[in-house]
Amino acid sequence: MNSPFSQPRREFLQIGGALVVGFTLPSPAYAQRQSGAEEALGKTLDPSEVDGFVAVNADGSVTIYSGKVDLGQGLRIAIPQMAAEELGIGVERIVLIEGDTALTPDQGATAGSSGIMRGGVQVRQAAATAREALIGMAAARANKLAVEFDTVDGEVRLKTGGAGIRFGDLVANKRLDVKVDLKANLRDPASYTVVGKPLARPDIPGKVDGRHVYVHDFRIDGMLHGRVVRPPAVGARLVTVDDASIRAIAGVRVVRVNDFLGVVAASEWDAVTAAQLLKARWSESMPLIGTSAVRGWLRAGPFAADETLVKKGDATAALAGAKKVSAEFYWPMQSHGSMGPSCAVADVRDGKATVWSASQATHRFRETIARALALPKDAVRVIYLDGSGCYGMNGHDDAAADAALLSKAVGRPVRVQWSREDEHGWDPKAPPQLLALEGALGDDGKINAWRTEMWIPKATASLPNMPLLALDAAGIAQTPGITTGLISQNGDPPYAVPHQEVVVHWLPTAPLRPSNFRAPGKVANCFAVESFTDILAVAARSDSVAFRLQGLSDPRGVEVIRRAAALLGWQPRPSPAPDTPGAGRGFAYMHYKHNESYVAMAMEVDVAKATGAIRVRRVACAHDCGLVINPDALRSQIEGNILQTLSRTLFEEVAFDRSRVTSVDWASYPILTFPDVPEILIDIVSRPKEPPLGAGEASATPVPAALANAIFDAVGARLTTVPFTRERVRAALG
Amino acid sequence: MPKFKLNVNDETRTVDIRDPQEPLLYVLRNALGLTGAKYGCGLGQCGSCTVIVDGEAVRSCLMPISKLAGKKVTTIEGLGTPGKPHPLQTAFVAEQAAQCGYCVTGMVMTGAALLARKPAITRDDAQQALSGNLCRCGTHERILRAMLRASKKVSA
Repeated sequence: MNSPFSQPRREFLQIGGALVVGFTLPSPAYAQRQSGAEEALGKTLDPSEVDGFVAVNADGSVTIYSGKVDLGQGLRIAIPQMAAEELGIGVERIVLIEGDTALTPDQGATAGSSGIMRGGVQVRQAAATAREALIGMAAARANKLAVEFDTVDGEVRLKTGGAGIRFGDLVANKRLDVKVDLKANLRDPASYTVVGKPLARPDIPGKVDGRHVYVHDFRIDGMLHGRVVRPPAVGARLVTVDDASIRAIAGVRVVRVNDFLGVVAASEWDAVTAAQLLKARWSESMPLIGTSAVRGWLRAGPFAADETLVKKGDATAALAGAKKVSAEFYWPMQSHGSMGPSCAVADVRDGKATVWSASQATHRFRETIARALALPKDAVRVIYLDGSGCYGMNGHDDAAADAALLSKAVGRPVRVQWSREDEHGWDPKAPPQLLALEGALGDDGKINAWRTEMWIPKATASLPNMPLLALDAAGIAQTPGITTGLISQNGDPPYAVPHQEVVVHWLPTAPLRPSNFRAPGKVANCFAVESFTDILAVAARSDSVAFRLQGLSDPRGVEVIRRAAALLGWQPRPSPAPDTPGAGRGFAYMHYKHNESYVAMAMEVDVAKATGAIRVRRVACAHDCGLVINPDALRSQIEGNILQTLSRTLFEEVAFDRSRVTSVDWASYPILTFPDVPEILIDIVSRPKEPPLGAGEASATPVPAALANAIFDAVGARLTTVPFTRERVRAALG
Repeated sequence: MPKFKLNVNDETRTVDIRDPQEPLLYVLRNALGLTGAKYGCGLGQCGSCTVIVDGEAVRSCLMPISKLAGKKVTTIEGLGTPGKPHPLQTAFVAEQAAQCGYCVTGMVMTGAALLARKPAITRDDAQQALSGNLCRCGTHERILRAMLRASKKVSA
């Protein structure tokens, strides 16, 4: 058989082993299942090989294989833009294959704002190397020097003009077979024609007309519907199951593996009703501490370790003799709250497994599934399909493990769709955070001393995968531990402070199973740091913007602060507003991880003193993430970060008792709705000569502090505990 | 198994359904292969499953199949097609009003029902009409812009 690289795209798709999801621009292609030999897919997955990422098809189109996936953030257009620019081909001639362990290199999880910054940059370098290889072939053919050529519109052409050679004619029936050259020349940003353009995302028409295939919509022949029956309490053991209780529904099969209990049926509604009707007896279990105990639990320990993260000067001494201010900030456990509960399809048969999942990390998850099913890694294929909104590890890996265990038990492909109660009740939660801050001004009115003390759960080092519910219940061994993301970053002020210290008390566990949630930890840390910066500005009787600028020398930071202030029409004066009229403005700044994007945010709010109701009127954001690949997709991310984090700040806290999560629907876990939406103003600082940085998280982080500072400005009350409920506002007003 | 006759997107469809309480959403997505309406909560709280029944935006997750006799159901697949989209779908694409997009078909159906009733709308009208439709990605601002863009078109 010919190499797949020589095949036109459609033909290539037909020889695929199980499924190739391709997106041809501008219209999306859809999930297809094919039969055929897996060997046809034997392309290299090696990220050091250009062929790992780039295939030039005989028709001259180019297939890009991306380990990073589109979770709704726009990589489906941005990565093709980066590749198209370097290759010299129209973006509409690029097919993107995402997150398929049989086809795409392992580029790590699509997490931590790394999609463009690392994933896209890796693809870009492969594309640049491919261009040099194509030019080399054309030059050799023409017996000319490579420097005389460039690539334009999918052809290698002499820079002096004339007819070119199509990519497909140069590499027909062969691989490029070159290593990714880290020194391959990238195009000069001044010459960009594709990168930096607000090109439309190819998947939006399908999402708007209902034809886009999410993992929830994916169906394969012979597929059954499964539901997992959850215990009434975390940690409860399954005592007995009464199979007769669902006898009225014909054809339903009960699957039990130790404490893992599920039903499988041909009809989805039969599975739903059977799961509800199935009588099972579970042991009593009360292993949880309950919502109201979390804050005290964080403080009390025992701790796995204490660690000093930042130490400059001598904060202890500088604070000891000073007139200091202090405040404590609390961030509760929150749910990812994806609109569609998690879903997955698995086909485990004949010593092989294929899993269709909204996984952020198909390669990592393949190993988890292989271990869980006791299969060799090579017998498992994990294929990404869009889920519903991923802002970190929600229930998607759990649902896939559920489907895999049920499929293995019944020997047929099984789709598992979580219920709303499953998702709210059992998705891993953002961990709680407690921070205590102390600071003091110098005689010059600048910050002289600063101390941040944190109480947070410690992520388990080298944890292969977050422990999954199904494996736990079924008694299948998995490495114990917790995952949280890098939640201790940005606990120090981004301003010049001669004496500063950040200390963390690490808790070995968390009150509920935790996971990464967008900008892990840094939303709470910026809430504390930037609220406290305003507390110090108030002590200095200084304007919030001027106070920040006097401590900042990084010109990119200064630029976003000036721009955000200008965008809102910021008038310098100290807070609170004279006579605290109930209307105010607040400011916050973030240099993400101290080495990524710069964000400044200004916000206007109205606070009704009698009721405690908060109304956010306007939010202004200035954003610098270096080179911008697609400014409209970037704006969309910023808007989403602002609105989602307003929701988290105003409304959200997971409620749980001694046995289980009790906020299991949208009534008990309310989120922001349309009437709450403020006007949003965005100013993007474009820096084409700087590296592209991540933008999926940074602009979430200043939202809570900007809001808290605006509330203080409006009514003179300082909110330090999230969510900012009406009761908390009224209590703060005294 | 009982048979139910449905009018969906101007076609009469007959489906075999065991349980007359089975919600329309499951029938659409499985028996009829119309997966545009999404399961979000099954509680009528989020709007992801919204379809139009006799001109009204309804939650298909709560609508038993037995209650649809003689009623006219329109799903996102019947509202417009890639070749002939509804003006609101065109506006959603123009505004790039989706991130993950899971809630979007419900937004479009709710919005289309509003525009059919009231072509000229304000931002506040759109905010109120969509107040029961949840979006987690924070695409609200673009969705509101799409609503106003479509309103200009249909009320012109």
